[in-house]
This record gives sequence, C-alpha cells and structure tokens, in this order.
Amino acid sequence: MLLLQVIVGGLLLGAIYALFSSGLTLIWGMMNFINFAHGEFVMLGMYVALLVVVWIGGGPAAFGFAAAVALFLLGVVIYAGLIRHVMRGPMLAQILSTFGLALLLRYTAFWIFSANFVSLPENSLSGTLNLAGIFLPTAQLVAGLVAIILTLGLHFLLTRTTVGSKLLAVSEDRSAAMLMGIRPNRMQAIAWGLSAGAAGIAGALMATSYPWSPSVGETFGLTAFVVVALGGFGSVPGAMYAGLIIGLIQAMSAFWFGPIYKDIVVYGLFVALLWLRPQGLMGKA
Amino acid sequence: MKKSWLYCAAATAAAVLYAANPAAAADTVKIGFMWPLTGNAGAAGQASKAAVEVAADIINNPHPEMGDIPLAKGAGLPNLGGAKLELIFTDHQGNPSTAQQLTTRLITQDKVNVLMGAYQSSCSFTATAVAERYGVPFMVGESAAGNITGRGFKWVFRGTPIASDYARTYMRFFADMKKEGKKIDSIAIVNENTDYGTSVADSIVEEAKKSNIPVAIRIPYSASSTDVSAQVLQLKEKKPDVVIFISYTADSILYMKTMKNLDYKPPMVVGDDSGFSDPSFIPAVADVAQGAMNRSAWVIGKPGSVTYKINEMYKAKTGRDLDDTSARNMQSFFALADALNRAGSTDPEKIRVALTQTDLKPNQLMMGYQGVKFDKTGQNILAATYLIQLQGKKYELVWPDKAAEAKLQWPMAGWAK
Repeated sequence: MLLLQVIVGGLLLGAIYALFSSGLTLIWGMMNFINFAHGEFVMLGMYVALLVVVWIGGGPAAFGFAAAVALFLLGVVIYAGLIRHVMRGPMLAQILSTFGLALLLRYTAFWIFSANFVSLPENSLSGTLNLAGIFLPTAQLVAGLVAIILTLGLHFLLTRTTVGSKLLAVSEDRSAAMLMGIRPNRMQAIAWGLSAGAAGIAGALMATSYPWSPSVGETFGLTAFVVVALGGFGSVPGAMYAGLIIGLIQAMSAFWFGPIYKDIVVYGLFVALLWLRPQGLMGKA
Repeated sequence: MKKSWLYCAAATAAAVLYAANPAAAADTVKIGFMWPLTGNAGAAGQASKAAVEVAADIINNPHPEMGDIPLAKGAGLPNLGGAKLELIFTDHQGNPSTAQQLTTRLITQDKVNVLMGAYQSSCSFTATAVAERYGVPFMVGESAAGNITGRGFKWVFRGTPIASDYARTYMRFFADMKKEGKKIDSIAIVNENTDYGTSVADSIVEEAKKSNIPVAIRIPYSASSTDVSAQVLQLKEKKPDVVIFISYTADSILYMKTMKNLDYKPPMVVGDDSGFSDPSFIPAVADVAQGAMNRSAWVIGKPGSVTYKINEMYKAKTGRDLDDTSARNMQSFFALADALNRAGSTDPEKIRVALTQTDLKPNQLMMGYQGVKFDKTGQNILAATYLIQLQGKKYELVWPDKAAEAKLQWPMAGWAK
C-alpha cells in the first residue's frame, strides 16, 4: 500500500514536470533555441497565482488561467523584444541572452517580492482524498491531471490544427513557409507564448502545494532540461513520458534508498539511457 | 600610469594621517558581515541584518531605557573616544566559496576591524578559516555546527549555543516528559544534508545513545527538494514517538504540509530552529502544525522589559517580531561590541584578548543564556536555550517549567479534523 502511495505521488509530480518541460521542448523543436529562462517562467507563474489570490481572491481556475495568459503575453513580448534579434547572432549570444534573461527575471522577482518564502493560502484545493487507503492531496491530484490534459492538448495543437501545421512548417523550412504565406515571426512569437504559458500554468499548479521564493526557478529549470533531454529534444510526447518517468524514479529511489540518493539514481539512469539512445526516448535520430 | 601614482600618493597620505592622528582613526570601527541576503536562506539573512542594525543603533545612540545592555546608555564606544560602529554587509548567497572570497575582500579591501557571520554552518566554516589566516577576530553569530570551533583557531569566537548544547537540551526535555508518563520509546531524525543538519543530527544521535533512546530512523535529505512525500511515508512506516527536524525554510514548510496531506501525525514534532523560526514558517503552516515545538533562546517578554523594548525597535524597522536566529546574532553582536570597547583600540590582538576576557552576566543579556564567556576554543560555555511550542499563531515558551509562560500540549494537535 505504501509503495502504491509512493508511485502515485511520483506520477503526479512527474505530470507537472511534463507540462513545464513540454514548453521548453517546443521552443527547441521549433527554433533550435535553448531557453535558460524557462525555470524563471515557472517561478513567475507561481507569483502571478499568488497575486491573483491576494488581490482579487480568485480560486484555482482563475489563478491558473491568469498565470497562463500573463506568461503567454510575456513570452510573446520576450520574443519580439529580445529573441527575434539575438536569433541573428552567433549561437553563444543566443545561449547567453536567455541566461541573462533568467538572472534579470530572478533578481527582479527578488526586488519586487523579497527573498521571503511564500505559499498560497488555503483554497478549495486544500483537502485530501482518501481512495482505499491511498492519500491523494486534491491540489496535487488536480494539478497532475490538468498537467497531463494540457500536455496532450499541446501535442494535439501541434499535430492536428492549422496553427500547429504552420508552426511546424516554419520549423521545417522557413523560406518555403514564407512562400506559402506563413509569417515566421508571428508563428514563432506564438510558440514562445505557448511555451511560456505552459510554464506559467505549471507554476500556478505547483504553487497550490509548494512554498517558494524567487530562486525556485533554478531547480525547475534544471529538471526541465533533464526531462527534455531524456524525452528527446523537440518531442512533446517524449517530454510527457520523460516527466512521468523522472517523477516516478525520484519518488521510488527516495523511498527505497533515501532522499539524498534520489538524484544520483535519476541522473545515473539518465546518463545510461543517453549512452544507449543519445537522441532520447522519442527524439529523431 | 598617472592615475595609479595618484592613488598611491593618496593612500600614503591617508596612511600618514591615520598613523599621526589616532583620535581620527577611532571615528568608526568597521564590522564586516557576510550573510545570505538572497537565495534560499535570504529571508533569514535579511532578518539578521535588520537585527544588528537595531543593535548598532542601540550602541551608537544613547538608549538609557535599555537597562544593563552593554554600551546602551551612551553614544558609541566610550573607550575609543565615542567611536561609532560602521556595518558593512555582504551577500554570500549560502555559497561557502563565495563566503571565503567575501571574507578576503572585507579584510583586504574594506579593511574591516572585525568580522561576523555567516548563517549557514558551511559558510561559517570556510569564512572563519580566512579570518584566522589574516588574524582578524571573527564572531560566529548563530551557526551551530560543532566543527566551526575546536580547530585550534585563535581568532574565532562563537556566542551562540552549538549542536551538542541543543542535543543535550532535547534529551533533558524527553527525560522530563517520560517522568510525566509520556511515551517516548523511539525518535526519528530528519536532517538536511549540509554541515548544519548533519552535525546537529550527529550530536542528537550521540546524546540519544547516552540517554538510551533508540533512533528509529535517520533521514538525511537535500533542502532544495521539491517533494518530500517519500520521506514522510518512511516516517509513517517507522512510527516514532517524536520526529526531530533539522531543516531550512522551504523544506520545513513542505514537510508540515506533506504530513497533513498524507495524514501522518506523530505524537510530537520538534524543529531545530532555522526553518521553524523563519518569518515565513508560521503564516504558511499555522493551520497544519499546531503544537509543533521549536527551540529558542529568545523570548519577547512582558511589556516594559528590555527584550520587549528591543523587539519594539525591531518591529518598527521591519514590521515583524524578532526571531531567535536574528536575536542570537544580535546577542553575539553586543558581545563583540562590548569586547571592542574594552579593547580600547582597533588593534586586532587587543580585540582578540578582550574577547577572551569577555564575561557578560545574565542581566546584561537579551537572551536566555546563563552568560557569555568564551573557552579556549572560542565557544561560549554559558549558552543555553528554551523550548517553545506553536500555539495558535505564535510560539509560546513551554519548557523548562520554571521559565514556562504557557502549558505544554502533548501530543501535538496538528490540524483541525
């Protein structure tokens, strides 16, 4: 029974890893661009949720939606104001620009919100569901399910809709797409919006059960990179499986071997898998 | 080239003036601080910074209302011609190697007379080694790891009680509880896995062995964990009577919330200060951690008392009550200032000798220590602590009985059903 509890907990956490990592993998798949500020987007999503609760007393649906919209807009603005320009520069400039952006966002958050840890006050998701002896904290249950649905939704959007086809067209062949009347800049701005929006809503979902401070983005950013590399760069379903797997392995190794060993186990398996399959689980070789 | 020559001349001129005019030299005494002002423990560092700023105000300006607190009545340090204390703050972000670099910078560039810091034991450990090499007195304000003193250092002093003092206190408390018929057959220790958590947990394991209390399980973990359910489930399986947490802020909050989520409530939870004393702790977990215990040598006290007045000053500055960690820093700072004054000079050796001769009595303190007096290793041998319990929205002093201000609740209530 205890083991089942560990498995469920790991999967629910993994679902959220999957959601915020799918945003990172989207940007890579679309633009061959690594965004080091992705963890900071998650962090900002958490603060947006807090502000919505504190200022207008909104519930989980309201702050989840607000975080998604706010971060979508921020993603578009960042694309238009920064990324579009550094894309023309060398690879190193691209990498360092988002690294700088990460620091800018983090320390702006320190300045505005201070270094104090905050957490969301009790809300309608505060209870715990007891399912035949398995405890399912409502917040984590809802967060996990919503994360899975959104990750699948993002995959559906990319593969089954016109917008998705246009996004993929731009990533396959920019000039051919332009000849077809697609505007690459607009599509890439949308991709950045979706990526940041997914991170934002993942942050809002995490905020329902975790205390955080502005430096939380560091932890999430690292996790996202591992998930994306394991799942295969550019693959949204890959990120989903990888997120679930990492959440599960973390929980089980923490339970069996002790928490200080969980990262050793995760990264050990990660390196081993990349050795066998460098393109990741679902990446194209 | 020309520029550097100018600097050189200016420096020489300054040095000549400095040497020729000792009175001018005594205008200020520089104290260099290194704390985590940002990062995971940033809140604790900021709180301590505010606390020593209040203490400096008490010393630099006349505060006759502060009773027997040393140097409160007059302005500045009388034996140095009324010299004021100048505080220089740096931020090591909880990184031991940054702490090391900052110590060097404070000594060589800012030319501080004495040093103080550094919250995380791991940072105090590296920073004190630098101070020792340069021969600059270093006051460890609050770090609890045993190995910071006892390395044969001459220049390192520590005002706060340390891990073994706390471990012994917990065992005395458990013995008291057993006498009252409470069941304590086994304890569990959950510790973050850097110097602080490891050394405190080691001390507790050692003292528990001496007191014949079995340790059912010891769980070291990383304080940056985003999920602790596996640890809570391990505890749930072992069913200890008391769980002792040696944790920082985010992790202690996460543990309390996860315990509620997984419906695990041990008879008693004891937090080893740090996270449990962080200003963010009570607002975040008051609903789920009723009755959780914590240690504190700091009590606000009744209106009109010196401690109450100190808290009022701190509150006016920050909007919050003074917490134990910051208060221990403040006490160490007062002890340091007292030694600076008795040294009557900024000569490092004279300050060091004055520190070794420190002998503050309980009435001169703001903390519940028996005094401040340093042994050969630099450790304050008269340090002690109270135990407090979260009741409602604040901690109440519940042990030892003779000092208690509220009744101990055992088992802990946790959350409302």
